[in-house]
Amino acid sequence: MILHDFIDFATLRVIWWALLGVLLIGFALTDGFDMGTGALLPFVARTDVERRVVINTVGPVWEGNQVWFILGGGAIFAAWPPLYAVSFSGFYLAMFAVLAALILRPVGFKYRSKREGERWRRNWDRALFVGGAVPATVFGVAVGNVLQGAPFHLTPDLMSIYDGSALGKFFALLDPFSLLCGVVSMSMLLMHGAAWLGLKTEGAIAARARRYGSLAGLVAAGGYALAGLWLLVGIDGYRFVEAPSPDGPSNPLLSDVVREGTWLVAYLERPWIAVAPLMGFVGIAMAVRGLRAGRDLSTMGWSKMAILGIVSSVGLTMFPFILPSTVDPNSSLTVWDASSSHLTLFVMLGATVIFLPLILVYTAWVYRVLWGKVTEADVTEKGESLY
Amino acid sequence: MELDVVDLSRLQFALTALYHFLFVPLTLGLSVLIAIMETVYVMTRRPIWRQMTKFWGTLFGINFVLGVATGITMEFQFGMNWSYYSHYVGDVFGAPLAIEGLMAFFLEATFVGLFFFGWDKLTPRVHLLVTWLVAFGSNFSALWILIANGWMQNPVGAEFNPMTMRMEMTSFYEVLFNEVAQAKFVHTVSAGYVCASVFVLGVSCWYLLKGRHEQLARRSITVACSFGLAASLSVVVLGDESGYNASHSQKMKMAAIEAMWETEPAPASFTLFGLPDQADRETHYAVHIPYVMGLIGTRSLTTEIPGIKQLVGEAQTRIHSGIVAYDNLMTIREMRDEAPAEALISFKDHGPDLGFAFLLKRYVDDPREASEEQILQAAWDTAPTVFPIFWTFRIMVALGFLFIGVMALFFFLNSFGKGRYPRWALRLAVVIIPTPWIAAECGWIVAEYGRQPWTVDGVLPTALSVSHLSVTDLLITLAGFVAFYTVLFVIEIALMLKYIRLGPHQDVEETEEWIRRRKALLQGPGAAPGPDAVQPAE
Repeated sequence: MILHDFIDFATLRVIWWALLGVLLIGFALTDGFDMGTGALLPFVARTDVERRVVINTVGPVWEGNQVWFILGGGAIFAAWPPLYAVSFSGFYLAMFAVLAALILRPVGFKYRSKREGERWRRNWDRALFVGGAVPATVFGVAVGNVLQGAPFHLTPDLMSIYDGSALGKFFALLDPFSLLCGVVSMSMLLMHGAAWLGLKTEGAIAARARRYGSLAGLVAAGGYALAGLWLLVGIDGYRFVEAPSPDGPSNPLLSDVVREGTWLVAYLERPWIAVAPLMGFVGIAMAVRGLRAGRDLSTMGWSKMAILGIVSSVGLTMFPFILPSTVDPNSSLTVWDASSSHLTLFVMLGATVIFLPLILVYTAWVYRVLWGKVTEADVTEKGESLY
Repeated sequence: MELDVVDLSRLQFALTALYHFLFVPLTLGLSVLIAIMETVYVMTRRPIWRQMTKFWGTLFGINFVLGVATGITMEFQFGMNWSYYSHYVGDVFGAPLAIEGLMAFFLEATFVGLFFFGWDKLTPRVHLLVTWLVAFGSNFSALWILIANGWMQNPVGAEFNPMTMRMEMTSFYEVLFNEVAQAKFVHTVSAGYVCASVFVLGVSCWYLLKGRHEQLARRSITVACSFGLAASLSVVVLGDESGYNASHSQKMKMAAIEAMWETEPAPASFTLFGLPDQADRETHYAVHIPYVMGLIGTRSLTTEIPGIKQLVGEAQTRIHSGIVAYDNLMTIREMRDEAPAEALISFKDHGPDLGFAFLLKRYVDDPREASEEQILQAAWDTAPTVFPIFWTFRIMVALGFLFIGVMALFFFLNSFGKGRYPRWALRLAVVIIPTPWIAAECGWIVAEYGRQPWTVDGVLPTALSVSHLSVTDLLITLAGFVAFYTVLFVIEIALMLKYIRLGPHQDVEETEEWIRRRKALLQGPGAAPGPDAVQPAE
């Protein structure tokens, strides 16, 4: 095929790096409020009817939202196979925990109200809490580990070897910095979930959600600032000694990388990226104000902006690094040496250009159809057709 | 027997895939059946059809959610447990998976919420559109997954790149229109339709046996047996056969299915019964039907079907060639841009056999140092264990004919028997409810166990595809999956049974009112204008 020469390899790599960000942000914006809502469930709803109201705010949309995550996984596999291979096998037990939580959640939504019985429903409520809180935290912990690098190296055959025993590897992920990142992502999504509940519910539930949400927003802002400071003083960044050719073969071993200096040097080299953290702080501040004042729609917007800023700040800070290695910096995966081939990236871009806009259009239509608050009356009157 | 990481990874993948595939076929078929029922509703506006859509829709939902949930495991697992595989073929294999998400799964998952929650928010026509989009989404989803799987069976449109140590796509068109993938898609989707038809038929017959929900059950039987007859004919007749001879492992799979150790003169006979013995390399107590296999497998009387021993011989030649390729690869990798032209030319010739040299990695670190004995051993590794393949294939085919028989019987009774079903037929339909699942799982075993020792035929051996994990890692997740999945399975079955016993519970008043009026109209003095003249209830 000659077609794919229209876009050169290096450009395609940068596009796919950005698209990976788009998918992860899409996931955090949509599935993020599902997870936040699930994690808030035990705190904002006291009676069974209240809990059903909360669950039914996300009932019709969680399935579609979760596809952002699945698509993110698929895009990593297709566009960044080495990243998929190294990270999924390296973070093995953590991935399993996320998996278990993400299986529990859909089942919880669907099955909880299919039977009466207090114990049945209480257990599923717990499952929904776990299914929201665990992934929301683990994703932050993962980001913390990515920023610090992971203890893997690649053999000459490009097989990924990750140091440590089964449980050793797992607990090594839970270092203080990564846990802080976990707190940031968790509180960020709690705030987002609260903004969603403020929009979709009324009365006591909305009031409680706003209270927890503004608290979570403050924790997120503080944690995010602290993490930034920590990056400046406590964590080494990575840089190329000899940068690989941006359109060279995807073989990480061909580059020469050292670990020194700080990630934040990126803000001196590319000052415009400071927009991202700024959006994070402003978004949180405005969302917290909105939650306190009881504004619903604009609060949701500010909360989205906060997530957009915080998630993209990580990628922009690390560019072109994607997953650095602590034990063998030369094995580090970067935008220039961890992608799929030129043709595959092109084909995938074609598919994305056709289908992503379609997805956005029909998703927006579905949200419009479902527009409006979920009330206690809805749940008690239309019991059978709701969760 | 000591299980190593490769065995445990295979076991885990097999368990989670077989489990996932308990839910997928019903989703595939039931989504279409529901869409057909709702179409009838929108065309006639008879409330009974909407009630049917909602009732089967409830069961669809209970099943669908587990299909979705366990599907996440599948997508994670390539990276978690098969990281060298992911690196080695992700450039080709990942693309259809990602496009599946973009094109199919998003559609299905976004609209399935609206299917359940949108009855009061959408007009009947728009709701029908939503239902069809769910059905299309789930079926497209199967298409892309099978394009990915078809590539594992017949890796076309890709080439090995020595600089990146992996397969890279050379033609998306070839990957897309891989004949094995296309055949598999038709076969698998048809199997899903059969599964849903048998399910709807069986549950409806149970209602008739109990004398409950007669109106709903009779109409459901009509839909299920006509759709099911077409689907079961398609699943058996179109089957999987068109792709069989495309590649080496497909030939080996065919030979294993037939337990054909020696090449027979054409046309080969079909072994109806036998006890394949891997150690002696022969099949005991074999009962042959002459000609049949040659006809099915090659559609000719003169083409030979190679036996296992002949294919092993071919593999041995390719291993020798693969060793040359491996040697070239090492030179090219070391010298990079300065690699001698001979090495590059030689690699072009022998490169396609590189995977065969990797078979030796089980026995030696450097395939170039393998002894002749080890090469022979590796060649014999290309023959999968015959016994399970031989028998699962026969179970699958026998069940396929059973489905045609049952569907034809009900179609006949429905069309010509004035809707009177003998009780034995109703009981039969109930009893066979689990069998399509057995057939589907057997089909999976034939296709995937029969692909061994390769993950990607002729390209990458299974033993090399795994992640660098410990046995402890695997034992933790395996135990977790078994416990977790068992609990979910029990809950799923319990909920299914609960809602089947409960029967249709939505739109009850409206539907019963309509049934009363219709009966009155039919029995009315002189009027009896026939069922189609009945006015819609709304």
